Amino acid sequence: MDLFEHQAKELFAEYGIPVPRGIVAHTVEEARAAAEELTGRVVVKAQVKTGGRGKAGGVKVADDATDAEQKANQILGMDIKGHTVHKVLIEEASAIAEEYYFSFLLDRANRTFLAICSAAGGMDIEEVAHTAPEKVAKVPVSPLDGVDRAKAREIAVAGGLPEVALDGAAELIEKLWAAFVDEDASLVEVNPMILSADGQVKALDGKVTLDDNASFRQPEHTVFEDKAAEDPLEAAAKAKDLNYVKLDGSVGIIGNGAGLVMSTLDVVAYAGEAVPGQPKPANFLDIGGGASAEVMAAGLEIILSDPSVKSIFVNVFGGITACDAVANGIVSAFQLLESRGESVSRPLVVRLDGNNADLGRKILADASLKGVELVDTMDDAAKRAAELAAVGA
Amino acid sequence: MAIWLTENSKIIVQGMTGGEGTKHTRRMLASGARVVGGVNARKAGTVHEGLPVFGTVKEAIQETGADVSVVFVPPAATKVAVKEAIDAEIPLCVVITEGVPVHDTTEFWAYAVAKGNKTRIIGPNCPGIASPGASNAGIIPADITTAGRIGLVSKSGTLTYQLMYELRDFGFSTAVGIGGDPVIGTTHIDALQAFQDDPATDAIVMIGEIGGDAEERAAAYIEQHVTKPVVAYVAGFTAPEGKTMGHAGAIVSGSAGTAQAKKEALEKVGVRVGKTPSETARLMREVMQAR
Repeated sequence: MDLFEHQAKELFAEYGIPVPRGIVAHTVEEARAAAEELTGRVVVKAQVKTGGRGKAGGVKVADDATDAEQKANQILGMDIKGHTVHKVLIEEASAIAEEYYFSFLLDRANRTFLAICSAAGGMDIEEVAHTAPEKVAKVPVSPLDGVDRAKAREIAVAGGLPEVALDGAAELIEKLWAAFVDEDASLVEVNPMILSADGQVKALDGKVTLDDNASFRQPEHTVFEDKAAEDPLEAAAKAKDLNYVKLDGSVGIIGNGAGLVMSTLDVVAYAGEAVPGQPKPANFLDIGGGASAEVMAAGLEIILSDPSVKSIFVNVFGGITACDAVANGIVSAFQLLESRGESVSRPLVVRLDGNNADLGRKILADASLKGVELVDTMDDAAKRAAELAAVGA
Repeated sequence: MAIWLTENSKIIVQGMTGGEGTKHTRRMLASGARVVGGVNARKAGTVHEGLPVFGTVKEAIQETGADVSVVFVPPAATKVAVKEAIDAEIPLCVVITEGVPVHDTTEFWAYAVAKGNKTRIIGPNCPGIASPGASNAGIIPADITTAGRIGLVSKSGTLTYQLMYELRDFGFSTAVGIGGDPVIGTTHIDALQAFQDDPATDAIVMIGEIGGDAEERAAAYIEQHVTKPVVAYVAGFTAPEGKTMGHAGAIVSGSAGTAQAKKEALEKVGVRVGKTPSETARLMREVMQAR
């Protein structure tokens, strides 16, 4: 889960990391009130979970409350790389002497953590990393050793930070490491980390990515969830414990195993290229290894509640769960939905392979469910589902 | 022969007495794997599924001569379980558990390295390893394929099964599911190296997924070190940017890590890449028939 800047800064503040005073505003009125409370010059910052806000015009300095209201009016509702701005952070303006870059992140390739530090921070850090990589220090951090004050200072020195900033930077970096570990983050980034005119090192921006796998031991992270931005179908699926992602096509997809479902999306997209209207997958839905009748019914229900779905492709490889169990699951799902007065109103293409595939196919053939077609191979089934979506469109 | 897991492998199960542990211990036994015991500190001294339960991995090794551990404990207990296996210096530890926090995986990996890498870790979030006809450590269905001379390494479970099934007439020396998490113990490169050195493997199927750059690094490795034919498949060509598709590792951000980039990197070094799983199986079929 990615955090908004203001959430990241709230988290930083809990760890004693200096951040500017700020107030979140959802309307121009709130923006004005916030600026009045903070007094003086403020910065109005779009709260969106993407980079390049500054360059897109989503960050503006305002001289007073009236100006802040105007700037908020320009920024609220703005589209930044496909993200609509629903809230702004009104923050006291900082007198910046220098801008640095700092982050801790997971280094997948080397299977360890990495600290990245540079005296050349700010909006152009990616450019710097590309053209002058020697200015960007990458220091591996072992989870067994961690980061104490001495190590933090070493990293700051490696990044080329000036003597005057070293103490403040080392303290900030040490606290940021604590936040990175204790909050189960896979990324904490401060860009810019500034040296203020009065000699303080502060986090002027914050980007945090939290590891969803750690939610069992981070129950307080639920407050960061962005319910407003959640797709309603995705929210409904999540409530049913289904691994579902909404996409923009018309072929509903149900499969078992993330890799197989991802592959199914590809195969359906390829098959769709040859069909009028070029139908594409409407969703990603992984019902996992189990594939019980209840899970199958829940999955079908979610997909049927998506009005853009014109056909459904159930792609199951019977590994741990044998295909006869999956077939029984589909039959029960139909009965379950019908008993609730919800019929399966769109054509369903089923491909079963693997353990007990013959038995599974026989169960489905004998049940002769309305609109259900059995196709032998994944490629042919994808083609058929795409054709049916084109007809239904 | 096979890689890492043979008919002589003696397997213990950490978390054997739990629901998943019990179910898959039964399956492994039914497939002919030599499961010799389980580990659960609270149930030490008892018998489960006809097998002795030990208090520690170390004790289990001493009593049974086990050289493989399969881990089925819940995510919250996985780090401790794997570190225990590392301390006991078991040669192979297969971590099936899904949903392990990445800080925990990074920590037990660093621990394994610090202890001199005496334990090969496979996973987490993986289906395990199977050498058809010889042994099976994990949850890969034993009966979907036969023993043969193809080696397989994959990030995805069900795609592993799909390819094993499609190529069941040729059969497999070993299939390794390395898992789709951002940090894993055994990589594509480790498996490629082992298959290259394995006299019982003639050709290699490699299954990748969007996210990270493991496939690109594997391509560089293949160019330098692998002379056996490699056929590959990459899932996630049409996955939208910035959306996670189930596996923690399978997230696309920007251009790096896309399926297209991985396919191009692999094709550049002479690997044939299938557009679909079935096409991938067909390419491997051609390789095997040409031998």
